[in-house]
Amino acid sequence: MGSILVDGSKCNLCGKCVDQCPFGAIQIDLGKVIIDNGCRLCKLCIKNCPEGAISLLKTQKTVDKNEWNGVLVYVEHLEGEIHPVTLELIGKARQLAGEINHPVYALIMGTDVIDLGKGLLEYGVDRVLAYQDEALRHFRADLYTNIFEDCIKEFKPSIVLVGATSVGRSLAPRVAARFRTGLTADCTQLEVRPNTDLVQIRPAFGGNIMAQIVTVRTRPQFATVRYKVMEKADRLRKPGGEIIRCQVKPERLQSGLKVIRTALREKQENISDAEVLVVAGRGVKNPADLGMINELAELLNGQLACTRPLVEAGWLPYTKQIGLSGRTVKPKLIITCGVSGAIQFTACMSAAEQIFAINKDRNAPIFKVAHYGIVGDIYQIIPALIAKLKKEVRSV
Amino acid sequence: MRIIVCIKQVPGTSKVEMDPETGVLKRSGVDSKMNPYDLYALETAFRVKEQVGGSVIVVTMGPPQAQAVIKEAYMMGADEGYLVSDPKFVGSDVLATSFTLSQAIRKIGGFDLIICGKQTTDGDTAQVGPELAELLGIPHVAWVKNIYEVSNDKIIVEQDLAESYEVVEMGYPCLITIEKDIYQPRLPSYKLKLATAERAVNILTHKDLEEADDSLFGLEGSPTQVERIFPPEVKREQFLWEGAPDELVEKIVEKLHETKFV
Repeated sequence: MGSILVDGSKCNLCGKCVDQCPFGAIQIDLGKVIIDNGCRLCKLCIKNCPEGAISLLKTQKTVDKNEWNGVLVYVEHLEGEIHPVTLELIGKARQLAGEINHPVYALIMGTDVIDLGKGLLEYGVDRVLAYQDEALRHFRADLYTNIFEDCIKEFKPSIVLVGATSVGRSLAPRVAARFRTGLTADCTQLEVRPNTDLVQIRPAFGGNIMAQIVTVRTRPQFATVRYKVMEKADRLRKPGGEIIRCQVKPERLQSGLKVIRTALREKQENISDAEVLVVAGRGVKNPADLGMINELAELLNGQLACTRPLVEAGWLPYTKQIGLSGRTVKPKLIITCGVSGAIQFTACMSAAEQIFAINKDRNAPIFKVAHYGIVGDIYQIIPALIAKLKKEVRSV
Repeated sequence: MRIIVCIKQVPGTSKVEMDPETGVLKRSGVDSKMNPYDLYALETAFRVKEQVGGSVIVVTMGPPQAQAVIKEAYMMGADEGYLVSDPKFVGSDVLATSFTLSQAIRKIGGFDLIICGKQTTDGDTAQVGPELAELLGIPHVAWVKNIYEVSNDKIIVEQDLAESYEVVEMGYPCLITIEKDIYQPRLPSYKLKLATAERAVNILTHKDLEEADDSLFGLEGSPTQVERIFPPEVKREQFLWEGAPDELVEKIVEKLHETKFV
C-alpha cells in the first residue's frame, strides 16, 4: 500500500515499526504488516526495521539537469524601491552559483524597471532580465506568471529564488505549478550539490522540527526565503554583468484580474505585529525620558512598548503594554530598558527571536530570558547607543 | 453560485517534538481539528451565499478520519462535502496535493468561486491555493482581507500585500485565499448538527478522477522529497555582559549588525 513496501520474506513481525510509527499508521494483521492511509512517508519504519524488510518504492523520470543552468532571483519592488529581501536572495544566489559555476540572473518586471534593474548589477548579478510594459504596473498573479514562464523558458535556470513576501508567496506557487516542479516555502538554509540539486532546509510543525528537502527529478527548483534570513549581497567594486531588455509578447498580457485601485498601507502601529520593539520599564524615571527610548526604537525601525507600571502611571496607553494584562508579542528583536522581568511580563515576550535586556541589577530576573544581558544604567547606555547608531546610519 | 471551500484536518497542537537520540516524533495524542484558517474561508463562503444565493461545497483531502472536518463544516452550514482519499495519494507534496484537489474539483464540477484559507497550521506553506488555481487554469487573488462587492457576475476583493494593497475585480470561475480575521467565524450549531446528522460525506478515490496516470499522485507525483527530518538546534546560549558603558554599547551594536538589525 502506498509506496512503502514490506518484504514478507524478511519481516519477522517484531512490531518495532508499529511502535515507532508517529502516525499510528502501521498494524500487524493476519500475520502481515499493514500500512494504512495515515502514513506520511516519514520513513522512520524503514530506518528502524532491524531486518531491513521495509523499503520505499520509487519509479521516477528525471530531467536532464545539464540543460538547466543558472540561479535566478525574482526582484520584488514597489514604488521604485527594491524590496531588501531581493539583495539577500542575490547574496545567496551568488554563493550557490559560484559553487556550481552557474550565472546569476535577476528577473525584474514592471513599468519603469530598466534603471531599477541596472542598479542590481553592482551586487554581482550576471544578467538582469527586464520585462517592461504598462500592463505590468500592478501585481497580478496570473499575468506575472506568464512573464515568469517566458523568462524561465528562455534562460532555463536550475534554481529560482523568490522572497517569501505576500507577492512572492502568491506568485511562486503559480509559476512552480505551471512547470509541474517543486517549491519549498520559507527555507532557512540553502546549499547546492555538485549535481545542481538544491538542498532546502525549512522548519516544520511550528518550528519544532527541521526538514531537509530536495527536488531531484524536475527543474527549475523553486524556493522561497523570508526577509532577514540570508546575508545581503555586497557591492562589487567593478561590476560586470549586463541588463537585457526582454521582449514582452502582447498575447501573454491576458489576465482575469482587473486592478481597480491600489494604495500604500499606513505604517501599522500595533506592538503585536512589530518586528522590533524597544520596551521601557520601571527603570525609566520620568515620562520625558521615554523620548530616548522612543528614539532608539525609531532608529531600529521599531516601536516603543512598555511594562504595566508605566501604563498605570498614565505615561503610555494600554495598547503599548506587554504582559498578561496587556499584549503578547513575538518580535524579531526586543530590547528591554530598565525592565526587571516579572513573570507576567516575560511570559508574553520570551518567544522573541533576539532578546537584549539592559538593567542595573545583575540579579534581575529579566536576564534569565535575555539572550544578551547588559548590566548597566540605561541613562548611560541608551544615549551612547543612540549616538553610535546615528553615526552608523549617516555613514551608510 | 456554487462555492467550493477547501479545508484540511490538521494536528490539534503544533507541539510536536522530536527525540534527538532516536529521531522519533513525539506527538501528544492523535487529536486533530479543522485548520483554523479554514474557518475564515468557510465564514466567507457562507456570507457570499447569504448575499447571492447558491450552495457551499466543502472538499478535503486526507485519510478517512478527515471526514470529521466535513461533518464540522456541515454543522456550520455547508451543503455538500467531499472527502478525497486513496492510499495512492499518500506522501503528496504541494504539487501532488494541488493536482489531486484540481482533479477532484473538476469531477465535482460546475463551480464558480473557490475559497481557501490563507495557509494551514501544519504545512504552513500557503502554496496550495495558488497552485490549485494554476492547475485549474483560473485566476486567483491571495491574502483577501475584504470583500467589497459580490454578485453573480463578479467579485471585488482587497488583496493585502503587506506594504500596500490592491482592490481587484475578477469574473468567475476564480479562486481566493482568505486572511485571518476577515469575519468572525460562526460556531457549529447544535440545530445543524441534528439536521445534518444523516447527511453523507461523498468519497472520491483515485478511480473517480479523470487522470488515470498513477505517477502524478502521491509520493511519485511529488517533485519534492523530504530527505531527513531533524530537531532544531537546542537551547541557545545566553550572554551576560558587564563593564564600562562604552564597551557595552560596542558589543550591542556589533550584535545588532550580526543579526542584521542595523
